[in-house]
Amino acid sequence: MSTHALPRSVTVGAPVTPRITLAVASRVLTQLRRDHRTLAMLLVLPCLLISLLWWMFDSIDSATFDRIGPALLAMFPFIVMFLVTSVTTLRERSSGTLERLLSMPMGKLDFLLGYAVAFGLVAAVQSALAVGLSVGLLGLEVAGPVWLLTLVAVADAVLGTALGLLVSAFAQTEFQAVQFMPLLVIPQILLCGLFVPRPLLPDVLEAVSNVLPLSYAVDAMQLLTRTAETGDVWQDLSVVAGFALAGLALGAATLRRRTA
Amino acid sequence: MMKNSVEVHDLVVVRGGREVLRSLDFTIGGGVTGLLGPSGCGKSTLMRALVGVQKLAGGTVRAFGTEAGNASLRDRIGYVTQAASVYDDLTAAENLTFFARVLGVGRAEVDAAVEAVDLADQRDQVVGRLSGGQRSRASLAVALLGKPDLLVLDEPTVGLDPVLRRDLWALFHRLADGGAAVFVSSHVMDEADRCDRLLLMREGRIIADGSPVEIRQKTGADDIESAFLAIVEAAA
Repeated sequence: MSTHALPRSVTVGAPVTPRITLAVASRVLTQLRRDHRTLAMLLVLPCLLISLLWWMFDSIDSATFDRIGPALLAMFPFIVMFLVTSVTTLRERSSGTLERLLSMPMGKLDFLLGYAVAFGLVAAVQSALAVGLSVGLLGLEVAGPVWLLTLVAVADAVLGTALGLLVSAFAQTEFQAVQFMPLLVIPQILLCGLFVPRPLLPDVLEAVSNVLPLSYAVDAMQLLTRTAETGDVWQDLSVVAGFALAGLALGAATLRRRTA
Repeated sequence: MMKNSVEVHDLVVVRGGREVLRSLDFTIGGGVTGLLGPSGCGKSTLMRALVGVQKLAGGTVRAFGTEAGNASLRDRIGYVTQAASVYDDLTAAENLTFFARVLGVGRAEVDAAVEAVDLADQRDQVVGRLSGGQRSRASLAVALLGKPDLLVLDEPTVGLDPVLRRDLWALFHRLADGGAAVFVSSHVMDEADRCDRLLLMREGRIIADGSPVEIRQKTGADDIESAFLAIVEAAA
């Protein structure tokens, strides 16, 4: 079969090929579209939980909802995408599809970015729904621009995706992958300022919370609800994005073409 | 003389502290080469080494003169793992379209691959709902995309209906006639006679190498299974 005299993939060795990245992203989205139950959970569950929270505090003290609501908007995309990504990537590793893709002209970053793009899009829809519900129906006060709230949520989702990808390298089964959530996610929830404002934490814990990405995401959300000044929000957002990129880079390092 | 598609020299692979491949030396030319041996003898590991996804403890594996796993080989080798490596929640056509986009080949290739493995009637069914044989054919179809120069197929005919098995072997020979080198593994000895050339493998070593006729003549056996036994007993 001499059609190969001309090398087809002139892009061999390039870290990212947009055609392949988009192929991965659209394939992930097609799979998600097939899975109605997961899709419904992804889109509806955050709305239900936010409504529950609103209901809990509505008659006692509506200021509490204004304080906790934004933190939840930061947490949902992070937690959900972490779980979904760690399980789906693990499935790619164990089913042999990843091995097959890595034996093809696909860059590791194509794979990772493809996932990040797909789940980032889902997160955008998920957050638009949750933010729309919170602001439109439940009366959450947002002083800053609402679109920026959604952007922070997308950055959070990509962060969750990046960590999920990374974790999947250290898990042999889906069961193990899910166990990483209490290890990596719950401490971030405890220390992100939701329960105790971060400046009031013991010094050591405050220092720890300063190096956890979710702290900055929650910070950004809370700033957006309190003030129209967006300078600090962008700073928080860039920290979250930095963590997400570092996670993706580390994730790429764990994707080995050659395994034992 | 045709240049070898694969050259393996002194290949050693260690997995979990055990020598799985023990100093293998062989070459693969054109035609259909069968790798036959019992389960666990190292066939899959050898195939992974040819594709360049296996860590080596020693030796070299080269395909088309380049070290296996090199980026320039990635669209010249079609690889089918033993488990069907396709997405269960996509249809056969969606799977193929995805891998075709990764390889950068067009729709026509997808249709040709579907036809080649006789999945036209199932192309729009979700792979997870296909039978085992149909799933592994979907996986095989992916390897045909882009007309690779070397096909590495790990037990592609296991569990298939005899009619289909015959058709697939015919397909392998058509691909070989078209110029591709086809390397197929099987643990079913009666598939031996469908190969142009055989490598018999046992416990990480290649114990015989030749055409089915040569191997039978050399051992005086009537079939490859008896030849296999004769070789093992002679060595013991």
